[in-house]
Amino acid sequence: MINVIVVGNGMVGYKFCEKFIAKSGQEHYQITVFGEEPRRAYDRVHLSEYFGGKSADDLSMSTLSWYQDNNIILNTSELVLKIDKEHKTVTTHLDKSYPYDYLVLATGSSAFVPPIKGADKAGVFVYRTIEDLDAIMAYAKKIKKNGATQAAVLGGGLLGLEAAKAVYDLGLNPHVVEFATRLMPRQLDKGASDMLQAKIEELNIGIHLNKATQYIDGEDRITGMMFAEEELLKVDMLVISAGIKPRDELGRVSGLEVGERGGIVVNNQMQTSDPHIYAIGEVALYNSMIYGLVAPGYEMADVAAEQILNGNKTMRDTIDMSTQLKLIGVEVASFGDPFIENHSVTAIVYENKFNGIYKRINVTKDGKTLLGGILVGDSSDYNSLFQIYSNALPLPKNPEDLILGSRGGESTALGANDLPDSAVICSCENVTKGAICCSITEGTCATFGDVVKHTRATTGCGGCKPMVVDIVKATQKSLGKEVKDVICEHFAYNRQELYDIVKINKYTSYNQVLGIVGKGDGCEVCKPLLSSIFSSIYNDTANKHVTAQDSNDRFLANIQRNGTYSVVPRIAGGEITAEKLIVIGEVAKKYNLYTKITGGQRIDLFGAHLNDLPAIWKLLIDAGFESGHAYGKSLRTVKSCVGNAWCRYGMDESAGFAIELENRYKGLRSPHKIKGGVSACIRECAEARGKDFGLIAVEGGWNLYICGNGGANPKHAILLAEQIDRATCIKYLDRFLMYYIRTAGPLVRTSTWLEKLEGGMDYLKEVVIEDSLGIVDALEVEMQGLVDTFECEWKQAIESPEMMQRFSHFTNSDETDDNIEFVALRDQKMPKSW
Amino acid sequence: MEDILNQYGTVHLNDVKVWFKAGTTADFPSNGGGCIKYKNKQIAVIKFDRRNEWYACQNLCPHKMEMVLSRGMIGSMEDIPKIACPLHKKTFSLVDGSNLNGDDLKIATYPVKIEGNEVFVGFLD
Repeated sequence: MINVIVVGNGMVGYKFCEKFIAKSGQEHYQITVFGEEPRRAYDRVHLSEYFGGKSADDLSMSTLSWYQDNNIILNTSELVLKIDKEHKTVTTHLDKSYPYDYLVLATGSSAFVPPIKGADKAGVFVYRTIEDLDAIMAYAKKIKKNGATQAAVLGGGLLGLEAAKAVYDLGLNPHVVEFATRLMPRQLDKGASDMLQAKIEELNIGIHLNKATQYIDGEDRITGMMFAEEELLKVDMLVISAGIKPRDELGRVSGLEVGERGGIVVNNQMQTSDPHIYAIGEVALYNSMIYGLVAPGYEMADVAAEQILNGNKTMRDTIDMSTQLKLIGVEVASFGDPFIENHSVTAIVYENKFNGIYKRINVTKDGKTLLGGILVGDSSDYNSLFQIYSNALPLPKNPEDLILGSRGGESTALGANDLPDSAVICSCENVTKGAICCSITEGTCATFGDVVKHTRATTGCGGCKPMVVDIVKATQKSLGKEVKDVICEHFAYNRQELYDIVKINKYTSYNQVLGIVGKGDGCEVCKPLLSSIFSSIYNDTANKHVTAQDSNDRFLANIQRNGTYSVVPRIAGGEITAEKLIVIGEVAKKYNLYTKITGGQRIDLFGAHLNDLPAIWKLLIDAGFESGHAYGKSLRTVKSCVGNAWCRYGMDESAGFAIELENRYKGLRSPHKIKGGVSACIRECAEARGKDFGLIAVEGGWNLYICGNGGANPKHAILLAEQIDRATCIKYLDRFLMYYIRTAGPLVRTSTWLEKLEGGMDYLKEVVIEDSLGIVDALEVEMQGLVDTFECEWKQAIESPEMMQRFSHFTNSDETDDNIEFVALRDQKMPKSW
Repeated sequence: MEDILNQYGTVHLNDVKVWFKAGTTADFPSNGGGCIKYKNKQIAVIKFDRRNEWYACQNLCPHKMEMVLSRGMIGSMEDIPKIACPLHKKTFSLVDGSNLNGDDLKIATYPVKIEGNEVFVGFLD
């Protein structure tokens, strides 16, 4: 075995291991990792999310078993003190020595603390590790109790602004203090900095530029910062985030060459002055520079791994420092040379103070080459611009179109076909367009998911995902692959075909269908889909085919963040009596549930243990409630306004009609959820046009709208018929809904279904109203059959001792899950986060 | 938190020291899972009738650290038997516990043996 020792278990050290074990020939090597921190490598880039509730474990880059499974020895809490270059051994603080053949130093950096008098006072922190964050949180909590409200962050760079956000999230008012005359001086020019400053100041975060701190004021703890000219900023805490200092002490004591201002000198193979010792990440001084970004660190890790395994990959001469991120809620990006402007380069600047957007691109005077730029407030153009810059692609005739958009109508957005194969699409994992295309053309990958797994593209920051999706689609198309719309690997059919197969052959169970027309053992896609089809055809409730139901259907409730469930009884049309309200209140009180009014005019009760669901439903059903099917892909609610019974504008009885419709279609399983609305006049208080079906009372009847929805892509419902009576509404709705259930794809809502329906709304009118297919009688009969055989599945469940069995957390104990913990949320509770 | 996760480590058939009686075959739903309690561990036991196999794994989904895996749907991916977490549909191999969506997450698996109608799960202690 050849021994490789990695000193440092940070992001780059971890990445080295990951890259190393993925390469061929690695099986002859034994990797041993030393980390001085007690924890495994974690994601420092997203450190501020620790304040936002993420746990140390969420930030962890791997699991303990990952090291074991890959045969890597991980020694945490063990600090390497010495290297004996001659005998090739390292010695740790436990006085143990380990031999190496290759040594990789990935010791990273520590926070740079400027020499300011008083920086050792209590209440002054650096922002670097999870331990730092814990200390900051504890101190902030303490001083807040004593009435403190103000805190400062020293450093207005990228890390400083991250720290300011963290302080802000702790409930203190941050002041950012920067020595330079602008924020993020390495990435932004004055205009961009001004725009960012204005956006940040909207949050009451103070920005103090051009300030040299003379000393930290206070007795034993900080009470303020003294700037030049006797200017005092009163603060009770200070977080220093003013840059990094390479952790090169191991290199120094061992006689490796180090730079004048720190950092272990490396060549383009990542070798230090000793050819058996490599340095990577923020401790490595390459081209006289320390690179404090993750992407170059990962590339160094890859180069070092290649070199040790006798590969020939070397580090590029110039390292790209382009970056795109969100700081305190503001999108910021900078690429290439953001500042360049001279006799041959000109800057094009767009500034919109109203929207808080600043964009700058630096273009050669001949208008042919993009050299760099800055984006603040809107970085959606970053991917395109970065590709044009890094691949030196030709610019449009009017280069300003790149940031203003073409004003002639044609889009300037970069398509997948415009990029050369060498274009790096995923900078975090260094994946080129060529690598993505090849993985498909060579047959290794077939789908987007395969490509992600194979190339690891999109697994870093995820910003490149839209571009990767485009490239995958374009490549599939170029292969002439008619991507047949099949459900999953177990069935070579789409949903409509399966619906017909089940219906014509009268199949009644999942295993039967899988055995006859499918293959394999099924999955989480085809199982719920077929269960839904059985419901639509035979009105089977979710109590049948239990383990082929989606997990929510299996337990007839919606699973929530901590594995508890929410309970939603049906309140048709949103109409409820005082008696029933009291019952809901009593149930919530008895089982200590968090209650909230939903968007569909009903009441959701959260935090129920699986074991308690039957007892909760027993109480509700005894009081006359039924399942609200909030967990199912089925009819949810028909929302209504109060109607002409009370409202002086009402043209009709909307609430009564909504109740009738909700009760008619309750329990109706469908490709996706269905919502309805009924308004008694065109003021539209029920928001009926935002639903899958909506009715609005007008002079002489009802207008019927269909195929609208809220959600991610809001769509207004479209008029199907005007001034029709209630019976005709129901007739058309029966036909429309049944036709949708028969023909739509899985998890396709009515609006998307209509978009894909050839002939669109005109065609649908012909089918539903004019009966062009001659099927309306059948559709109506099918729907009436479902309406007539409705059964409340919760009532079924609590009346059957056998069905009740599945509502217990353990099969061998009556206990509930003791891992579930709650914390206070205003006057109620919420799940405790890890 | 780490402590909860660290309780779980894959046990191979040859290493089993304790065969814990988890119940009878009728206690578990066909082609689905149930959760058993053993000391302070929660283990999902899966009755995979289609393959005529039994599997067991930790009940804890390592993605968001919730005790929910036994409530997930089972199935196969290219003939690897798998279970899908009900929370975010992360899927794991029931054979070696690896994540089939390409993440580094992994779950511990345990051997199961059936004697008569009794179900036993194997542990180290």
